[in-house]
Amino acid sequence: MKNIFIIIIIAAFGVMLYPLFEDFSGNDELSELASFYAQKENVEKVNSANLVTAVVVTYRGLDTLGEVTILFLAAAIIAFSLRKHSVERDLRRNSEIFKTASKVLIPIIMMVGVYIFMNGHLSPGGGFQGGAVLASAVILMLLAFPNIPFNSKLFAYTESISGLVFVGLAAIGALIGSGYLDNAILPLGTFGELLSAGAIPVIYSFVGLKVGAELSNILNEFQSVQSDN
Amino acid sequence: MSYLLIISILLGIIMLAMAGIAIYHKSQVVAIIAAGALGLFASVMYLLLSAPDVAMTEAAIGSGLSTIIFFYVLNRIRTTDEKEEQQLKK
Repeated sequence: MKNIFIIIIIAAFGVMLYPLFEDFSGNDELSELASFYAQKENVEKVNSANLVTAVVVTYRGLDTLGEVTILFLAAAIIAFSLRKHSVERDLRRNSEIFKTASKVLIPIIMMVGVYIFMNGHLSPGGGFQGGAVLASAVILMLLAFPNIPFNSKLFAYTESISGLVFVGLAAIGALIGSGYLDNAILPLGTFGELLSAGAIPVIYSFVGLKVGAELSNILNEFQSVQSDN
Repeated sequence: MSYLLIISILLGIIMLAMAGIAIYHKSQVVAIIAAGALGLFASVMYLLLSAPDVAMTEAAIGSGLSTIIFFYVLNRIRTTDEKEEQQLKK
């Protein structure tokens, strides 16, 4: 009886969604909003080679600020609800191969992360992606060397300062530029160079640092409440 | 074009299989690894759909960090369960 009911509901969903599938046709043109962003004068106004970054940091910059706030809230709640054990833990030793390989890999992964958020306005990627890659380097470090002294204060300060700089740059945009999170407060530079597109590389670097520090702190807290062996 | 299409269909089938394993497998460890693999194949799929930004996020968070957080939580639940069982036996 229950199964028949479920099948009827799924079939009803199928009937409801079928018109979407039937009417679907590939789009040859950009939608109205996308073509506004891709207009030549608007691209020149932002001067960022990666159009996605231009949209994410300037046009939809407030959404990025919201995302950063949500991540901060999640990190704060995890730090609040996970109590740290101050006991010295006696963990199982990792294999030598894993330790040596992670020693080689950690600096490379960190460099890739920094590259991703520094070049966010030129190539695919940006603050969130770079920050996540940085945090994956930190988690590899924590897995390979569980008793490594992890300075969570430093990470917390990095995060706070980066957040403040992000909001401060946005406010400077409102004061001297044309609006909140305007990127034209710094010189726009030559199209396609590392130091171009105004404040976008600066903002994205700080977003990357903030996201990386936040995720690393979350992972360190999860790691520090492990009580294995 | 058809070459890409075949790869996408194969990827989609693998993703569905991974999702099925993640839901129905008895062992939780296998289920978590299958969920991570699902994220990895999804990131390749995003790359084929020309969304490299999303692919990077999915590869780093979906298949990297969230898998490790799941393992940490699973380990924590297991150790607390074992402790409670030992206390009950006493």
